[in-house]
Amino acid sequence: MEQKTVVDLVTKGKRIDERGLESYRPIQIQVGLIEKANGSAQVYLGKSKVLAGIKIETGEPFPDTPEEGVLTVNAELVPLASPSFEMGPPSEAAIELSRVVDRGIRESKAIDLKSLVIQKGKKVQVVYVDVYVLDHDGNLIDAASMAALAALANSKVAKMEMKGDEVIEKGGHHQLPLNNHPVAVTFAKIDKTIVVDPSLEEEQVMSARLTVTIDKNGHLCAMQKGGLYGFIPDELKRAVNLAVAKAAENRAKVMAAAKG
Amino acid sequence: MNKLPEPKQPEKLIDEKGLRIDGRRLDQLRPLKLEVGLLDKADGSAYIEQGKNKILVAVYGPREAHPKHIAMPERAVIRCRYHMAPFSVDERKSPAPSRREMELSKVIRESLEPVVLTDLYPRTTIDVFIEVLQSDGGSRCAGITAASLALADAGIPMKELVAACAVGKIQGKMALDLSDAEDKYGDADLPVALVPNMGLVTLLQMDGNLTTAEFEQGLSMAMEACKTIHSMQRETLKKKYATIKDAVEEREEPEIVA
Amino acid sequence: MVLVAEPKQVVAPGELLAEGDHLLGDNAYKIGTQIFSACIGILEVDGNRVFVVPLKGGYFPRAGDLVGGRIVDIGLSGWSVDIRAPYEAMLPASETPGPRGPRRRDLSSSFDVGDMVLAEVLDFDRTRDPLLTAKGPGLGKISTGRVVEISAAKIPRLIGRKGSMISMLKNETRCQITVGQNGVVLVWGKSPEDERVAVEAIYMVEREAHTRGLTDRIREMISKSRMVEQVAGTQTA
Repeated sequence: MEQKTVVDLVTKGKRIDERGLESYRPIQIQVGLIEKANGSAQVYLGKSKVLAGIKIETGEPFPDTPEEGVLTVNAELVPLASPSFEMGPPSEAAIELSRVVDRGIRESKAIDLKSLVIQKGKKVQVVYVDVYVLDHDGNLIDAASMAALAALANSKVAKMEMKGDEVIEKGGHHQLPLNNHPVAVTFAKIDKTIVVDPSLEEEQVMSARLTVTIDKNGHLCAMQKGGLYGFIPDELKRAVNLAVAKAAENRAKVMAAAKG
Repeated sequence: MNKLPEPKQPEKLIDEKGLRIDGRRLDQLRPLKLEVGLLDKADGSAYIEQGKNKILVAVYGPREAHPKHIAMPERAVIRCRYHMAPFSVDERKSPAPSRREMELSKVIRESLEPVVLTDLYPRTTIDVFIEVLQSDGGSRCAGITAASLALADAGIPMKELVAACAVGKIQGKMALDLSDAEDKYGDADLPVALVPNMGLVTLLQMDGNLTTAEFEQGLSMAMEACKTIHSMQRETLKKKYATIKDAVEEREEPEIVA
Repeated sequence: MVLVAEPKQVVAPGELLAEGDHLLGDNAYKIGTQIFSACIGILEVDGNRVFVVPLKGGYFPRAGDLVGGRIVDIGLSGWSVDIRAPYEAMLPASETPGPRGPRRRDLSSSFDVGDMVLAEVLDFDRTRDPLLTAKGPGLGKISTGRVVEISAAKIPRLIGRKGSMISMLKNETRCQITVGQNGVVLVWGKSPEDERVAVEAIYMVEREAHTRGLTDRIREMISKSRMVEQVAGTQTA
């Protein structure tokens, strides 16, 4: 019955939590909760709750990119976050979440990987972005994308140098330089209506999902369609244009919180 | 070391005449070859060559769900595995499924789901196995094109053949059906799958950098290409079944093995 | 109303078949006033009704179907039977001929794993696996004759319009032929030669199911192989 209500409301232009079709749930962002991480941020998107932690360690570059540091993004659907999350190896949903967040950061060139080289071809800094889903009430992609960006913007890197064959800390930290600020905006298709930021109840009745990640220049840097149905071209074009506007609003919130 | 040399970054992806490194125009597909029904044991099968891609797809089902708990009471469950052979790329790939392969298996499955009449076969599975024997740019799209043919070849009720093709951006221009080098050194990749008679986009991914205008241009280029590929798919499928028909009907006297 | 595709021709899934007020038949679907094919098959038009006869596909059980199956497991109160469907069928002991009663008999003495049975689908719906019965004339264990397995999609052609193909086959090959809806066909002849000809004819129907003039070609094939046989017979005599 609940599911039918969600659909009925949406077809009338309304939503179960009384938002507009193009409105996000309230967004709250806190940074720096995890002292042992180089950077961290927790995002509440309505009742969804995601924590991102950044660890920056010394490692080796990939052989095909000797002049670049390394970026690794991982997302965990922690079993405490939902009765539908299970223990064990990462699910398809967790892998998709990681890869969509990764694509936004990587493709927008948000992190200046060249600045992470300590010694060319030998030693670089490795940025680990670990996204932890703590409470799942829908639209984890956007919550994770904002948490990752806020945590990166909040990250400090230790200054490193080579002494002989060893990497040592020079002492002091600097802000992790960010060249871009990608923000994911996710849409759900419910019956024939497109809504932004679907809640869990809405995700359960959506026929398809679309994520558009927008960089600070208003360009697209990643997209991902999910779900068992599809979109017609007009829906896609409208969603992409709306994503540009929504990403700008959310980016402002994330960057303000990261500074504060 | 017996390793093949790494393909070097070409100086230009588009020359003065507006042609690409393999001589194609910006809106031109790579040579495409399709075949259906080439595996004996599978319920349906298809093979595609698109550029250097060589991909084999088998479909099994609808069949009893194993393990039982994956079955759905109201419809068939489609399972999909996109997998790259260890020898399909320049450097040997571990045969264990990577995260990329797992993600692609998911989005490919979701691109096919909208056309398959899964509600006709509750509590069963339909398995789609995509083996990339040699990989080039656009292998997920080529995989979808072949997978929908294999589903049709298995006789599985479906609304339409799904056709897929990627568009990308090279040297600031939108270009159709990127090859490996173009994908690697280009600025964006936009794979699209289309259900032509419904005008429905069932796979859409993107990485790189595109303006909204470039996206719209790319989407329509990809959709046009999907329609071209779709007519080749239909022709390939019908030809296989019509061949037997014509051969028999045109035969004046049936031959008897004496 | 306009027929867009040509009847009796091969159509692909998604192909536009007709536009207007046609009636929607099997293996087709409608968007607005347009009718599309939902499988690879042959377009058929019967009056105003547009439908597609599939060229490929497995067996989907229906109550009342006669099927041939193979015993795959013996349970406490019956057998599991592979009827070449996506669902494993159940043949309860109470639905087999033989002594009945509260005491369990040794089920493997009636049907053992690997045995072929001819049975009728008693009950089947979306929620439950097919239930079989082997009680009835001609039903039960298959221990003589030849078993031919063809694609279930070709069974309608093997039977033919109003049974024309199958009765021709029976007359011409002098064999008794029982057709399971699931593609299992049983052949009993007076001689192995008769059976061989019948089996060959059945495979020919499967191969050439969607071609025109098939009945005549099959009849011709049978009479030719008989002639060859007779010649061979006279030579050895």
